[in-house]
Amino acid sequence: MPGIATDALARDLARIVGPRWVRTRGSELVTYRADGLPTHESTPRLVVLPGSRGEVIAIVRLLSESGSAFVARGAGTGLSGGALADTDAVLIVLTRLSKILAIHPQKARAILEPGVVNARLSEAARPYGLQYVPDPSSQTACTVGGNVAENAGGPHCLKYGVTTNHIAALEVVLADGSVVRLGSQSGEPWGPDLVGLFVGSEGMFGIATEITVRLVPIPPAIHTVFADFMNLRAASEAVSAIIASGIVPAALEMMDQSCIQAVEASIYATGARTDAAAALLVELDGTPETVEAEAALVEALLRQHGARDLRSAATEAERARLWQGRKKAFGALGRIAPDLVVQDAVVPRSALPDTLDRIGAIRDRLGLRISNVFHAGDGNLHPCISFDRRDRDLSERVRQASEEIMYACLAAGGSITGEHGVGSDKLGYMTAAFDGETLGAMCAVRLAFDPSGRANPGKVYPTHACKEWSRAGSNEASRGMTR
Amino acid sequence: MNEAAYDRLQALLGPGAVERDGRGLPRVVPENEDRLALLCKTAMEEKWKIRVEGRGTWLPPDAPADLAVTTHAMGRVISVSPSDLVATVQAGATLETVRRDLAEAGMWLALDPPGRAERSIGSIVATGTSGPLRHLYGPVRDHVLGCTVVTGDGRIVRSGGRVVKNVAGYDLTKLQIGGFGAFGIVTELHLRLRTLPRADITLLARGPRDRLTAGGRDATAAQVGAAALELLSPALADESDWVLAARLLGQEAVVSAETRRLQQETGDLIWEPLPADRTGTFWGLAGRAALAGPLTLRAGALLDGLDDTLDLIRDLLDDRLISAGAGTGAVRWSGEAPPDRFRLLRRQLADREVPVTLERAPWELRRVVGHFGAYQEGVGRLVGKLRETFDPGSLLSVALEGAHGD
Repeated sequence: MPGIATDALARDLARIVGPRWVRTRGSELVTYRADGLPTHESTPRLVVLPGSRGEVIAIVRLLSESGSAFVARGAGTGLSGGALADTDAVLIVLTRLSKILAIHPQKARAILEPGVVNARLSEAARPYGLQYVPDPSSQTACTVGGNVAENAGGPHCLKYGVTTNHIAALEVVLADGSVVRLGSQSGEPWGPDLVGLFVGSEGMFGIATEITVRLVPIPPAIHTVFADFMNLRAASEAVSAIIASGIVPAALEMMDQSCIQAVEASIYATGARTDAAAALLVELDGTPETVEAEAALVEALLRQHGARDLRSAATEAERARLWQGRKKAFGALGRIAPDLVVQDAVVPRSALPDTLDRIGAIRDRLGLRISNVFHAGDGNLHPCISFDRRDRDLSERVRQASEEIMYACLAAGGSITGEHGVGSDKLGYMTAAFDGETLGAMCAVRLAFDPSGRANPGKVYPTHACKEWSRAGSNEASRGMTR
Repeated sequence: MNEAAYDRLQALLGPGAVERDGRGLPRVVPENEDRLALLCKTAMEEKWKIRVEGRGTWLPPDAPADLAVTTHAMGRVISVSPSDLVATVQAGATLETVRRDLAEAGMWLALDPPGRAERSIGSIVATGTSGPLRHLYGPVRDHVLGCTVVTGDGRIVRSGGRVVKNVAGYDLTKLQIGGFGAFGIVTELHLRLRTLPRADITLLARGPRDRLTAGGRDATAAQVGAAALELLSPALADESDWVLAARLLGQEAVVSAETRRLQQETGDLIWEPLPADRTGTFWGLAGRAALAGPLTLRAGALLDGLDDTLDLIRDLLDDRLISAGAGTGAVRWSGEAPPDRFRLLRRQLADREVPVTLERAPWELRRVVGHFGAYQEGVGRLVGKLRETFDPGSLLSVALEGAHGD
């Protein structure tokens, strides 16, 4: 264990945050050993919960002096094992930094601490007629700081872009305890686009302590339609037809039969018919005239491609009900079996029908229950595998299915993750997704931000596969290179 | 560079791949990224400074170097996938070529950067120069899904991919967009496409500047669905007064509805539609006006700071050639300015939290004031390390910060 003894470190941390906010006992640490992905667990050395920006900086400086590794964590909903700390790393939990520091309606910007819960930000902006668009399914729990680390998405990112498109500026504490400000309130960078580079760096470049986000006006008109299909392929072909028409829906989501049945058997039931092979949830927004014109076109396309029932939301309550089935689908799927792996991968939109067929074949061959609920408009799949981790044979088949799905998506020209991040879970696929030179570049860029390699070590790139690059300005790079 | 070196380049890359520029400097025209990587590796061994030229229509080809590299020969549109709304193009492809090939497939790249249509797509990405369509479709970074780069020491790095959503690994692509080539030479790009809009209408309103910026704010607050809402100075628009130009794109019914709303929401402005056959020329001329002065800058203001930013530019420089997003606050200015004046403007706008980027200028000015000038505290160290990472021999001749760091 590096440097300082854990007891002494806990005492030093307690001096910064108060003893109440340092967790050292095994029973307390259990809460922090997973991030919603049942296949990966790791217990941190200890946990500290700072209550202010100043405390975060003081903690990072203390850890820098003692040479300790650390992992920043928001709500722990990342699903990629990205916010897990191993037994020699300190977990810095940022949920107490939950203040919205300012909302500037004229500028359409908000400034906030990293622990602000995603949905709370939009609630706070609503009185000004504004919203924060990226809306991961976990938005009632996940933090904006975590969203920045993972470059999180959500259903409405089809039209409005993912987290990186909504972050204008950041204040970041680097691993050596120094503080830098990146970006500007307009979003135009002062120099190279370091905000763009930082977003999605999975906590390996430093900790964002202040985030300036763009807010966008709430559209005056919204039209939400739920269409069901008797054929999965027809539903995914309808997706392609809508995209090809030139209309960009605010959201274009898909659920397969297994998912519809799970939702309809749960408290989140929307009244959908459970004999449907698939359903699409399409949302259009804009001015009333535009939405009306686009809705007519979209509904015609849905029918042309075999939609059976079209249900439109006439009121906000009906819209919320339709969305509830989608947003709470993971919760509903959680009832099927003790454990649920929510996978995340992307394929080019044209490859959706074939990829879904392939996932179906993997499911049948390995005898698993796989449900699909995903961002169809983006080609961002979330195959959800229900299982019981106590069954070792079943767990092995789940692992095998996850792997086969990843390789199928890569073979289709896609990516191993669209919004959850690489974390620990996808580390093994990075060599299939990138060559050694590119992995080496990632490693070298990380060392430019954190020469000591102490911020969230061991995530994103498998070090052994990285070609060696020059270690710019660093004498301490060896740790990062050898982990 | 001596003749032996010239001969070495020819031997390395073939006689057809090496020419001389107007001043006798060897200009290498690699046909693919492997050849370019070989060249960079050799340059690293020999400590040859490299100047990157796209088509030579934006930044003057005047950075001091031992050799020039042009992406001319890497000018193909490699693939267009209409059903995925993605294209892969080589960085040396001109905007004109890309537009033509996309249009043949019913596709469109929603970028209208300043400069000539012969500009290379690599230059647009490296300088991060977007145009009026930024209003609806965002800056250059929103259109690039991935890229291939050859580093200063000849490594080939491929980041991102051909899907619209992708968080596998760090977003190295962002470093290249607007990086002015300091982090490597972009050779290939994956671009996000849209379907070619069916209707494309431009309307013009004329009047005093402040009235037009107020109209821009009104239209934006009312969420009028314009693709561009650009304020143009009289000289730039070739008119006697300031012009607010609104461009509406999309399905016919939607464009008609939004045109009516534009007129309703900006009550005191009189909008005149531009004849359809003049639309392309109008926006093309507005884009080329950014080349009228030897210097072009962009200032990243917010909409509520636009009037103030325009006043400051007028007072410290002039307001002859200005194009500004009346719904975004992004300003582009072209003209002539001595280094001290430019620095003063940059400092005063920095006090208002408005970054100023020098988009193009002769080397003498770039060298002195830099594309970016001084960084905020701690950022210079990071940028320095990143440059060292991607160009360990400091061979790429790019003046990011300038000689005096401001």
